[in-house]
Amino acid sequence: MRMLLIILQKEFKQIFRNKVMLPIIFVMPIVQMTILVYAATMEIKNIDLLIVDQDLSATSRGISSHFQGSPFFNTEISQMSAKDAYGKLESDEADLILFIPANMEHDLYRNGNAVMQITANAINGMVAGIGTSIVSQTIMQYNRNLVLNYLKVPDTRGIQHQISTTYRYWYNPYLDSKSFMVPGILTILVTAIGLFLSGFNLVREKELGTIEQINVTPIKKYAFLAGKLIPFMVIALFDLTLGLLFGKLLFDVPIVGNILVMYTMAIAYLLVVLSLGLLLSTISSTQQQVLFTAFFFMIVFMLMSGLFTPTESMPNWAQDVNKINPIAHFMRAMRMILLKGSTMNDVLSEFFILMGTGIVLMSTAIWRYKKAS
Amino acid sequence: MESISIHIDDVSKTYANGEGISNISLSVKRGELVGLIGPDGAGKTTILRIITTLLLADKGMAMVEGFDCHKQYKNVRRIIGYMPGRFSLYQDLTVEENLKFFATIFGTTIEENYELIRPIYSQIEPFKNRRAGALSGGMKQKLALSCSLIHKPSVLILDEPTTGVDAVSRREFWEMLKGIKEKDIAILVSTPYMDEASLCDRVALMQDGKIMQIGTPAHITSQFAHTLYSVKSENMYAILKSLRTYPLVHSVFPFGQKLHLTLKTGDAADAKHFLQTQGFEEVTIEQIVPNIEDCFMELMSSKKTEV
Repeated sequence: MRMLLIILQKEFKQIFRNKVMLPIIFVMPIVQMTILVYAATMEIKNIDLLIVDQDLSATSRGISSHFQGSPFFNTEISQMSAKDAYGKLESDEADLILFIPANMEHDLYRNGNAVMQITANAINGMVAGIGTSIVSQTIMQYNRNLVLNYLKVPDTRGIQHQISTTYRYWYNPYLDSKSFMVPGILTILVTAIGLFLSGFNLVREKELGTIEQINVTPIKKYAFLAGKLIPFMVIALFDLTLGLLFGKLLFDVPIVGNILVMYTMAIAYLLVVLSLGLLLSTISSTQQQVLFTAFFFMIVFMLMSGLFTPTESMPNWAQDVNKINPIAHFMRAMRMILLKGSTMNDVLSEFFILMGTGIVLMSTAIWRYKKAS
Repeated sequence: MESISIHIDDVSKTYANGEGISNISLSVKRGELVGLIGPDGAGKTTILRIITTLLLADKGMAMVEGFDCHKQYKNVRRIIGYMPGRFSLYQDLTVEENLKFFATIFGTTIEENYELIRPIYSQIEPFKNRRAGALSGGMKQKLALSCSLIHKPSVLILDEPTTGVDAVSRREFWEMLKGIKEKDIAILVSTPYMDEASLCDRVALMQDGKIMQIGTPAHITSQFAHTLYSVKSENMYAILKSLRTYPLVHSVFPFGQKLHLTLKTGDAADAKHFLQTQGFEEVTIEQIVPNIEDCFMELMSSKKTEV
């Protein structure tokens, strides 16, 4: 016990004397929460829409005016040629082009049918898809009003047969992407802190040669390794708290669930992360090796975890991989607890999977760490 | 037998690249200072790492105070003090924190064993709040020695403690070792410096993973089979080249400002005569007593001719 205490004391002293480590511990949560949450927003805003109005009729102006002032679009209306308009698309000055051909109004009233064209730059498929659908919806809406005004009577043809749907978004009623992102960013924060700090620590002793002196002592293996885990567990939980606090203050993210359930899950998850760091540390001989392997695991697991995109739309093999992806489990649990108010019972399967993974990794790390060669 | 503290018998260890040590046998008594002397790569560190339980031997047996270094490594670690070749204390902890840390993990306190380390530690105690990384080379070495003695070990193992240390600190360090030896502690030290051999009670000369000779420095130098001459002149390099063509020469090596020369037959007068025929007039040749380095060179060259 006294041995464990002196080891912990030593580790904490070393962490707090490290001029690089300390700023990372305090600055990283703040920067990640304030910058990443904004940067990683899923909302579609500020699409550059170019309306080429060659008709210049009351109807075409009416349509154009619907896009002005829309939060989704930066609208520019011009009478340029189709060729010039495509040039704008090419030079990235426009994301979407709406062509209103000459005689559109004439065709509409005379033939009862008019054609317009939407051209989208689909390099970013999401922007193109969502932008196109908003534009066509807006035009359809306008069209319906037009019919109404023209006929001066309600359009009774469709009413009897129309199915109308209303909807409500649960757990995130205003579809605020920040509520979705904050638990995700918190997960990344805890992962990065836990994985890198614990991964670097043991291998640093190898690089400096201090492990040589330690290995000759009768120090207990468990005490030595506990000394390598407990400080980073404490620091990661501290950073989680700091990040959550910032999320609450800056973005007013909902914290619906029980905070203790969240911490229980965080401890189970950190067991996995810290053990992985320790394992990488035992099989590597330089910090560089740890850095690259840790980075590899983190990027793969992070992108597959559903941080940005729903895991349900990934191919089946990816979903299978996600069954062992600790980041995916913890992130899901975090979102469930914070946004939905899930209880321990609801996240029990995640808890056991994390604990299981943690115990396996930890045992491997302990088995791999040998004092003699 | 009772007083034997470190005992290794027929120990071999081969690394993946083919290097290693073969059939090493050695013992160190309590209160004895034994030196492993040899160039880099001779296998000195390998022997020390086997005794300190950091490395497992392929075959043979290593014992410390009756405990097997392989099977009873836990007992061995409790009674052994080890100072690795590289400074291995925590640079970001202070002098006192390092000492306290090692005292605690050995289940003791600084106060309890202060007497043993006092002669050494008192020299760095004024700097006890300084970080170990900010100490000078000599002070780091004293701290490392203090830390390896803090649990009152019965055996002290030092891996090239004086490498990269200035001449004054080196002499001081050997003085400290003498003091420790008097506390009935067995000391095994490795060094690449031949001149430190005379400071050991016994030395083992090592080369290519083998012990070539072992004994007291006096015994080893008395075993020197040839008469040794020192040659002194103005143009040393030309003389060296010229002597290497002289058929009676057994060996000739540059040694500081002089050449050390042994002959197959004949004496100094023959050599002097030869050099005069070669046009070297101002030459002094005198007989000298061989030192450990001469013995080492002799052993090395005779080993080469065997192969």
